[in-house]
Amino acid sequence: MVTQAILIPLLPLISFTMIIFFGKKLGTKSALIAIAASVGSCLLSASVVLPVILNHGTALHASLTWLMINGKPIEFGILVDPLSSVMLFVVTFVGSLIVIYSVGYMHNDPRFSRFFAYLSLFLFSMLGLVLSSTLVQMYFFWELVGLCSYFLIGFWFEKYEAAQAGRKAFITNRIGDVGFFLGIALFFYTTGTIRFIDITPEFMHPYANTAVLTFATILLFCGAIGKSAQVPLHVWLPDAMEGPTPVSALIHAATMVVAGVFMVARLWPVLETFPNASQTIAVVGTTTAFLGAFFAITQFDIKKVLAYSTISQLGFMITALGVGGMGAGTFHLMTHAFFKALLFLGAGSIIHGTGTQDMREMGGLRKAMPNTFWPLCIATIAIAGVPPLSGFWSKDEILTSAYLGNHRVIFWILMITAMMTSFYMFRLLFLTFAGKTRGHIHAHESPAVMTLPLAVLAIGSVLIGLPGSPFMGHWFQHFLEPHAAVHMDTFVMIMSVASATIGFIIAFICYFVKTDLPQHLAGQFWMFYDASRNKLWFDEIYNSTFIHAFKWISRISFRFDSNVIDRTVNEIGRKTVLTSRIKRWIDQYIVDGLVNFVGFSAQVSSGLLRMIQTGFVQNYLLFMVVGLLVMLLVAVK
Amino acid sequence: MTLFQFLATTAFYAAMLGILIAAALCVTVRNLFHSAVFLAFTLIGIAMLYFFLQAEFIAAMQILLYVGAIMTLIVFAVMLTSRMGNPAVPQSFKNKKIVFLPLGLVGFILISAILKTPWETSEPQTAVNAVTLGKALMNQYVFPFEVVSLVLLVALIGAIVIARSE
Amino acid sequence: MHIPIDHILVFTSILFLIGLYGALSRRNAVGILISIEIMLNAVNVNFIAFSRSFASSPESGQIFVMFAIVLAAATAAVGLAIVLNIYRNQKTIYTDEIHLLKW
Repeated sequence: MVTQAILIPLLPLISFTMIIFFGKKLGTKSALIAIAASVGSCLLSASVVLPVILNHGTALHASLTWLMINGKPIEFGILVDPLSSVMLFVVTFVGSLIVIYSVGYMHNDPRFSRFFAYLSLFLFSMLGLVLSSTLVQMYFFWELVGLCSYFLIGFWFEKYEAAQAGRKAFITNRIGDVGFFLGIALFFYTTGTIRFIDITPEFMHPYANTAVLTFATILLFCGAIGKSAQVPLHVWLPDAMEGPTPVSALIHAATMVVAGVFMVARLWPVLETFPNASQTIAVVGTTTAFLGAFFAITQFDIKKVLAYSTISQLGFMITALGVGGMGAGTFHLMTHAFFKALLFLGAGSIIHGTGTQDMREMGGLRKAMPNTFWPLCIATIAIAGVPPLSGFWSKDEILTSAYLGNHRVIFWILMITAMMTSFYMFRLLFLTFAGKTRGHIHAHESPAVMTLPLAVLAIGSVLIGLPGSPFMGHWFQHFLEPHAAVHMDTFVMIMSVASATIGFIIAFICYFVKTDLPQHLAGQFWMFYDASRNKLWFDEIYNSTFIHAFKWISRISFRFDSNVIDRTVNEIGRKTVLTSRIKRWIDQYIVDGLVNFVGFSAQVSSGLLRMIQTGFVQNYLLFMVVGLLVMLLVAVK
Repeated sequence: MTLFQFLATTAFYAAMLGILIAAALCVTVRNLFHSAVFLAFTLIGIAMLYFFLQAEFIAAMQILLYVGAIMTLIVFAVMLTSRMGNPAVPQSFKNKKIVFLPLGLVGFILISAILKTPWETSEPQTAVNAVTLGKALMNQYVFPFEVVSLVLLVALIGAIVIARSE
Repeated sequence: MHIPIDHILVFTSILFLIGLYGALSRRNAVGILISIEIMLNAVNVNFIAFSRSFASSPESGQIFVMFAIVLAAATAAVGLAIVLNIYRNQKTIYTDEIHLLKW
């Protein structure tokens, strides 16, 4: 069992390694490797998840101690419990479909094989994150997932906006991750453990009133704010649409952005213990849900609409976790993965078929692209929350949790948000597929390799809600939370259906019947229109404050570096030259002088000694006289 | 001191002076002939000295051998190499001044040593004349006498051998 | 007459040095021989002076001088024979020009 669990992330890693090294030679065959790896992981996940379902609980926990701090171990391991099983299913299933879809979408790209390498690396990172048994390990894969996101967003890096978007995503994520890491450190310091298996309600109970841990929980949540695009760190997600659409589908809709939700769900016992923290989380989530929907209603880029929709739905999930519905939040995560992936892949199909992303140029595509239209239609109905499709069940669960938890304000805001959701989604549908084509586009249907995943996901969007519905006795929620009770409130259900219907009607009127009404309304409520269109100027405010300040700091640092440090280096260089010049002088005059002197003295002495033997008799006689003189001197003295 | 003694002493000193002058001229003149002549004068003067020093036999020998034979020899040699005795060509070296220093020093030391030594002279008991010399030669110094004659023989033969023309 | 011995000794020293000077400074080989004769003569005078002044064995000095003269003659003979030979071979008797054995 451990082998199978380890292989789940390992297969995509092997696929990544192979494609990275042999991609040029393999060419289009690298896609097959990636597909094989992801489908293999899917099948292995099924085999691993089965025991969990049968046991109604944790099936596998295996770990290795990496290091010890203060006598407490930091471990790396594998944890397969109900929550990670859900994630395994979602990631591998939806992931495989998207990998297959990418074969068609990235068909003519010059860096075809590298895309699949990155996709494989991402699957490895995400699966590693899902199977993590400790917070530290999760953080490790968290960062890795962020790195893959950077690679994939900036895949077409020749385009300036794409490179910028990748950088923005990574940096914004990192800001959240600072809080995440501090939270981990604080948590470890206070409780002495970071293993998920240790974090149970009984374990957390003694710490119930510690302010430190409340603060630590909020810090941990900061990671989710960054990764799951909550307000105020949501600004990277719309820009991330610069990446190829399969990337948007996989990472920024179905899997990576929900890592934050997954992490908060993992820390469920912690949230139960600290009501202040969960309150904060709920508020953040609700704000995000509302603002996301608010921005989505005026966007014209099809992918931007879906991006803000994702932000809004993530807000729903986080709110669910904040108000006490862990099962509801996770349920919505699963259903959202299906219909949001479907929406993105469908948008990708439209972009592939029409060549444009601007909805103002689209229209009347229903006839030209029927294989894309019907799945998208199903997805829109699902996300709007129309029963009996999956979206309804999950969204209803969230609303019920809010309502029954006495969070009235949150409940009504979510209700309005649900209405807005229905509105902008049907707006998208009508603008794209209904009426007559406005722009000069020639639409053609996408190939089967792209439309077949759409069909599969559409079936999934319909059926995936059933495990959590009353038709199956709320099996899903009981699977995740064996001890919690599941309630269904009639009032909430009726309100939920009503809001979806109202949204549909408004969209129908604006975009199907009276098509000049939107401009009229935009003119009337121009303040709201501008605020929505400009995303409440979040990017502009950040730019003029934080970014501006950091650029100033970096400019000063650069000047310091070039003046002080480079000057120091130059001075050292100059001193070295000076030293070498001195040494040259020493070498030339002193050393060479000594050597020359030795030769010179040899010459002189030999010259002197030479005179002893001149071959000249009278010189010898003179030397004899001198010798005589010496003897006389000696004798006389 | 009688007049005779006075004259004798003066003559002795004059002879010494003459010898010195002659010797000095002998070594400095350029012409080799003149040098030979001055050598002759020197030798004759020394013979005179011998007479004053009561060594008559030696004086006679000096004149006979030195002035008679050796001078002849030297004159012959000078004449045979007469082209070389040309006064136009310098007979001594250009930087001969350098020898003055050691010579001067040696001389100074010698003369000062001589003058400082307290010589204890005494008159000889017996006179020396040919008879005593002959007796000494035959009795005491017979061996050197024979050896010297051998040396003369060898020198004679050697000179002939060396100097004969091929 | 009584001449103090040191005068004679001084005289012979000077004569000897004159001869030595000549031996050192003469270029001509015959000239050197002449100077050597002077030196030998000075030494002879020295011997005679000593033999006259000291009582023991006065004839030994004179015997010695005899031998000295004889040997001087032999020396002169052989020396001049050599000089003649050299003159015949090298056509020169200047000592500084005779340097066959010099490197």
